[in-house]
Order: sequence, then structure tokens, then C-alpha cells
Amino acid sequence: MKLSIDRAALIKPLGHIQGVVERRNTIPILSNMVIRAEAGQLKLTATDMEMDMVETTHAAVAEEGVITTPAHMLYDIVRKLPEGSEITISSDDSGQAQISAGRSTFRLPILPVADFPAISNAEMPVSFHVPAADLKSMIELTRMATSTEESRYYLNGIYLHQTPERQLRAVATDGHRLALTQMDLPQGAETMPSVIIPRKAYTELFRLMEDYDGDVEVGLSDNRARFSLGQVVMTSKLIDGTFPDYDRVVPKDNQRKSTVSVADFSAAVDRVSTISAEKTRTVQLTFSSGSLTISASSVDQASATEVIEASWSDDDLKIGFNARYLLDITHLIEGDDMEFAFAEPSNPTLIRSPKDDASLFVVMPMRV
Amino acid sequence: MAFVGQHGCGLMTDLATPWLCRDCLADGISTVINQCPECGSWLLLKHAELRQLAIAHVDCDAFYAAIEKRDQPELADKPVIVGGGKRGVVATACYVARIHGVRSAMPMFKALQLCPDAVVIPPRMDAYKVAGYAIRELMLTLTPLVEPLSIDEAFMDLSGTEALHQKYPAASMVELAKRIKREVGITVSIGLSGTKSLAKMASDMDKPKGFHIIGMDNAAEMLAPLPVSILYGTGKVLTKKLNTAGIKTCGDLARAHPELIIKLAGNNARTLQQLAAGIDQRPVIPDRPAKSISSETTFETDISDVETLAAILEELCDKVAKRLKTADLSGRTVMLKLKSDKHQLLTRSRTLSDPTRLSRRIFETGLLMLKEEVAADRNWRLIGIGVEQLDHAEHADPLNLADPDLSRIIALQDTVDGLRDKHGKAAIVTGRQFARKPKDKK
Repeated sequence: MKLSIDRAALIKPLGHIQGVVERRNTIPILSNMVIRAEAGQLKLTATDMEMDMVETTHAAVAEEGVITTPAHMLYDIVRKLPEGSEITISSDDSGQAQISAGRSTFRLPILPVADFPAISNAEMPVSFHVPAADLKSMIELTRMATSTEESRYYLNGIYLHQTPERQLRAVATDGHRLALTQMDLPQGAETMPSVIIPRKAYTELFRLMEDYDGDVEVGLSDNRARFSLGQVVMTSKLIDGTFPDYDRVVPKDNQRKSTVSVADFSAAVDRVSTISAEKTRTVQLTFSSGSLTISASSVDQASATEVIEASWSDDDLKIGFNARYLLDITHLIEGDDMEFAFAEPSNPTLIRSPKDDASLFVVMPMRV
Repeated sequence: MAFVGQHGCGLMTDLATPWLCRDCLADGISTVINQCPECGSWLLLKHAELRQLAIAHVDCDAFYAAIEKRDQPELADKPVIVGGGKRGVVATACYVARIHGVRSAMPMFKALQLCPDAVVIPPRMDAYKVAGYAIRELMLTLTPLVEPLSIDEAFMDLSGTEALHQKYPAASMVELAKRIKREVGITVSIGLSGTKSLAKMASDMDKPKGFHIIGMDNAAEMLAPLPVSILYGTGKVLTKKLNTAGIKTCGDLARAHPELIIKLAGNNARTLQQLAAGIDQRPVIPDRPAKSISSETTFETDISDVETLAAILEELCDKVAKRLKTADLSGRTVMLKLKSDKHQLLTRSRTLSDPTRLSRRIFETGLLMLKEEVAADRNWRLIGIGVEQLDHAEHADPLNLADPDLSRIIALQDTVDGLRDKHGKAAIVTGRQFARKPKDKK
């Protein structure tokens, strides 16, 4: 095999593909990516057995062929080569791959292509298109609420499903907070199954969309999701579990409402929470007519208070939250204002942007 | 460090050694003495540091068996084994049974082969607990620094109690042993030294009814020829590693290059080398609060079937939840313990997002871990489940957005607990547990 390609043309797909490869692998072949040179194209493939990714790009192929070589090492080499380099990748019978550019030459070990696991190319019974910008925003709004708790593996991803109102809805929760956003159901998604997209899959998908603004083709089956973006195709297993009946915990009737400036609120919570040293940075919110007092205190007698403007016309309300959860949400709120809707200080609180009807956040209060 | 190199008055110690009578508490300093001049007893403690050492380790002699003999005096000279069940093991063997080779943790059938005349008594934990607490109360009259290791074993730090009791620690301990004999009716062995590790070694050296002193001045020399396995923290594996590297005795270990020991023993290297040199800076910590709450069971016959294991696991979770409730605690990390028929011990743990006191939550988490380990060809002889990272009960199971049924589950557990408190444990069981019961009776 022998091919040459501009560094600029190679670095992008390599960056995508190496993201799939785990840093630590007990099976050596899984540290490798497949490099296939044929018909004027370079095709890169990687898998971690849960998900795989294939990306093609143009290259000057002098001799067709296919090898596997360590993915992270190859990426690191290409990253460190000077910009504008012309890179040649070749292999002969020596059992090594050679990467050369300018005055640099690297030789990397190769492993037999036959040992590389087969890539899933099963048909996806459901297929629809979503603009990358929309899919990106769905992931962005919900990912912070996914759980890392192993024993609740069914919360370790984003729950994607359709609602009776013909919406495509994404939900994530770790039990303490919940994020929900939705968009009109794309054509072709009417028969979609409800799926839980695992963390690694949506993280890599998000990375792929960073420099992509076309439509993403989403393919779904009962146990896999496939995302095709131009030259890249990513297929991931789904989380095999049942997402909780979250709708029952989303408050429908929280009547006590307040609107505050996101910027003021975010800065104040950030400042005040400085003094709460514990792991759960609890801040207390006190709403009284026209103002919101944000306060915190620590066991070693430090305390902090800040007052900001807030609309409030009900009886005084005192309620505690984990500051981090509040801050995470302020970063995601669209527009200048955020709206709180409370029931009792021990019940879930609803937070949303008056500018965004499609999204909402639910946060469990903490004892104060 | 602090304890080595104090070779002050070697000559004088050779000539005149403090002594103390274990029977009448008479004491003195003498060059040659073997018998108490006051009462004629031969039980004399003689040691250069007799009046200085203040860290004691108290170990009850064949505790469970001793309690049984106390309560059934006709068993006094008979071999008694406390333990039970077909699959049971020896919990405690009295000293008569030990003459025949019976040891703790030995399978019962083997113990009975060795000692067919033995009287086997099923454990009466309640009686042992009462006695254990009574002994602890007596200990606490001497010092607040009592660190129980188990029901029948504790460290005591008597530093600075001499003025209070008008007795140096050795004399206080001699008296304690007599009080335990008189008021609880069993005997103990006492080790006295300047560190926990040496005190524990000392109590092992003279059993039963023993009182052994290890001085600090010659601790290093005393330890030097002893095998490394006697040190706290050297299990089978580490001992083998050390031996392979040519480190057989405590002396070898103390002298070895620190880097070599770090390679073999990791983080414990420094502590281990210090222990080998007679240095142990661990303080006696009074009544350590429980770090975990757990429950386990050894099966009558090995089990490989996951459904059967799950049913047993669920019962154990009920027990753990019940104990959490009694102690007003909750736990955030769930631990599963399995022992294979080949005695391989396996432990797994998962940390939850919030502390829990719910049997159901502990069970679900335990079951996930269990399912990852069981396979058709693996047989298990023991299963255990527990929680650690303990917290107050009031922090347990806050409302959870991912668990819409949580408040119902809490109500359910409280109702079931109430029924069981009223009508007994078997009053209400889950389908899983109910389905298992008939099989047991076969």
C-alpha cells in the first residue's frame, strides 16, 4: 500500500477516528485503525466494539492496499508534523507501516487486517434527516444531565423518542436534575423506536458536528443508531435498558413563578458558592417581593449573600440548590432571562427560558 | 524512631528487675526472684520496663466456648466446640478440643474426626454480646482509650492513668484480668508493650490466662529473628513475595532497601518496615464507629443458579436495611461479596448517587454486580452484601427524578418492616424468596 495526502486533509478524519479508539485496550487490535487505500480514496475505520466510525477522504493512491496501525500514535505523529506537509503512508512486506513527511520518517507496527472486528453494516429500518445544528443543540442542552452512575446504566445516555404531539424529544437525567428539549418530528421518524444514545456516541457525534453544517442522516434500529455526516458514518450500540417514566416527575402545575436575568443570576450564584466548601455546593435562594437573595454558608462559619432583582409576587420562598446544577443550566438558557416555577421547597423546580418553549430543566432542591 | 535506641541503664536492668505478682499484686525490684514473697505464687511478671509500658491488647481465651463452660459448668473438662450447621465451621474450640487439633474456622466434620467426643454447641450470639459488653465496661473503668477489634478483643491505652488509679498500667491490667474472671467468669490473655502491634504479638505469646510483656528497648532485637508473617499487614501473598525476594525475618525486612519494599508492598512499605523495626505510631482509637453494615451467609451446599442466589441476596439486603434502620444510618456504596467453592474471594462495589436505606435499592445494585459474576460453571459457597460510606438516615433516598416510584418504595419498605416487627420475619416475603423456600426443605 502506498498513498500520499496533505496533512490538512488527513488531520481532520484522523481526529474523528481516533476519538473512537480507547486509550487503554486489552485487545491489541482495538488500539489500531484500519487504513484502506483504493480508487483515489483513503478510508479510515475504528471501533471499540460498542461503536465504530468510518471516514473517507481523497488521497493520491500509488498502490492500493490495506493495513491496521496504532490509531493514537498515528494521530499524534500527524498532529506534530509541520503544517502544509505532504504525508506519505506506505507498507511493504516488512510488517511495518512507514509514515514520512519532509525529513521525518516513522515506522509503526501493523497488525493483520483479518483480525480487525467486522464493522456493523446492518440495515437501519428507520431513517430520517436532522439539520446538524438542531441535533447539536439537542445534545448540548441535555448532556450535562446524563448520569455516570454505573448501577443506573439506563441513565448513562440521552433518551431520544417521539411524543404523541409529533415531537422528536431528547431527555437526560441523573435523578437530581433533568433536561428536556424537542423539535418537530422529522419526516421518516414516525416509526422510530425510543432509544438511549450512550455517552461516548453522542460525545463523538457532537465532535463530528463541530465542523459540519449539513443534514445528519439518522438511522435507527432496536439496538443501534447510525449517524451519517458527509464522508463520516458512525454506528453505535444503544443502551439496553428502560428509561424511567420521567414525564411523571416533570412539574405540570408549578404556580409560583419568578423571572431573573441569566447574567446576574449566574454571576451571583458563582460568587456566593465560592464559600460553600463541601462537595455539594449548596446555595439558598430566597424570593421576596421584587428580589432574590442568594446566600450560602459553610461549616467553618463563612457566609455570603447577594441580592439581585427578580419578579416575585407570592409569599416569601426559601429553597436550596446545588450551585453547580444551577450554573450548568444558566450556561444553556437561550436569551437574557430565565424563569423559575416552584411548588413547595421540597418539590422539583422547573427552569426554562421564556424564549425557548421547546426546552426545560427540572432540578431537585436540596435541604437547607 | 521514638522507641529505638533507648539503651539507658543496661547494667542495672540486669541486676535489678521490677516484678509484679499476678495473684496478689505485690511488687518490688529484685535481682533474683521466682516466687512471690507475699503469697508464694509463681505467677510473677518480671520486666525492666514493667512500670513504663502502657499499651495493652486483651484477648479473651476461647471466648464462645468459655461462655458455654461458664453457663454449663459440667462441661468444664470436656472438649467443647461452638459452631454449627452441616456445612458449619468451628467458631471457637475450647482448649481441651484444641489439644486434639481442632482449630477455629475448621470444617465441623473435620473437627469431629479429630475429636469425636466433642460437645458441639450452636452459637448463642446474644449471650456472647452481653459478656463482651460487660468486659468492655470493665475496660472503660481504666481508660477511655479502648479500641475494640471484635467482641472478644481490644486495645487499651493506659498512658497517664497511673496517678488516677494509683497503679502503673501493668498492675491495672493484672487487676482487670482478675475482675473479668470474677465478674464475667472467663479468662483473658493480655499483651503489654509500647505499641499496638507489639502488644498484640505479646498477647499471642502466652495463652491462655497469659500476661506477656514485650519491652521497647529490645523490641527490634526481639523481632529480628521472627518471620515477617507475624506483622500486621502481611498476608499470605505479601509474605510469599517478600520471602521470594529473600526477606524472611523482620530483621531482613527492617534492613532491606526501602525501594525494594515499595516495589513489593506498595503504599504500605514504610509502615511495614517500621513495624518490623518495632515502630508503630498508630494510636489507640476509642470505639471506632462502624464503617460498613453488611450481612453474609455460607450455603449448606454450593449454589450456581442465579435465581437462587438472587433470592438469598434479597433476604440479606432485607437484613442490611433492617440494621441500617436500627442504627439510623444509610449507605452510599453497595458492596457484594462472593466466595467460590474453591475459596476464591471476590468483592465488587458500586457507588450510588445518594445514600440509601432501602433494601430494594441495595438489592438492585447488588443483583447487577452479581449477574456480572455468575456463570453456569461457577459454584459459590458464600454470598454477602453490605453498604459503606455510611451517612445519616435523614440523608437517604432524597426524591429522585429518575425514580418516580421512590416514595411508594419507601412506604412499602416501612410497611413491610412494620408487619415483620409485629408478626415475625416470615410474615411477608417477596415472591422470589417465597419461591425458594420449598427447595430448602427437601
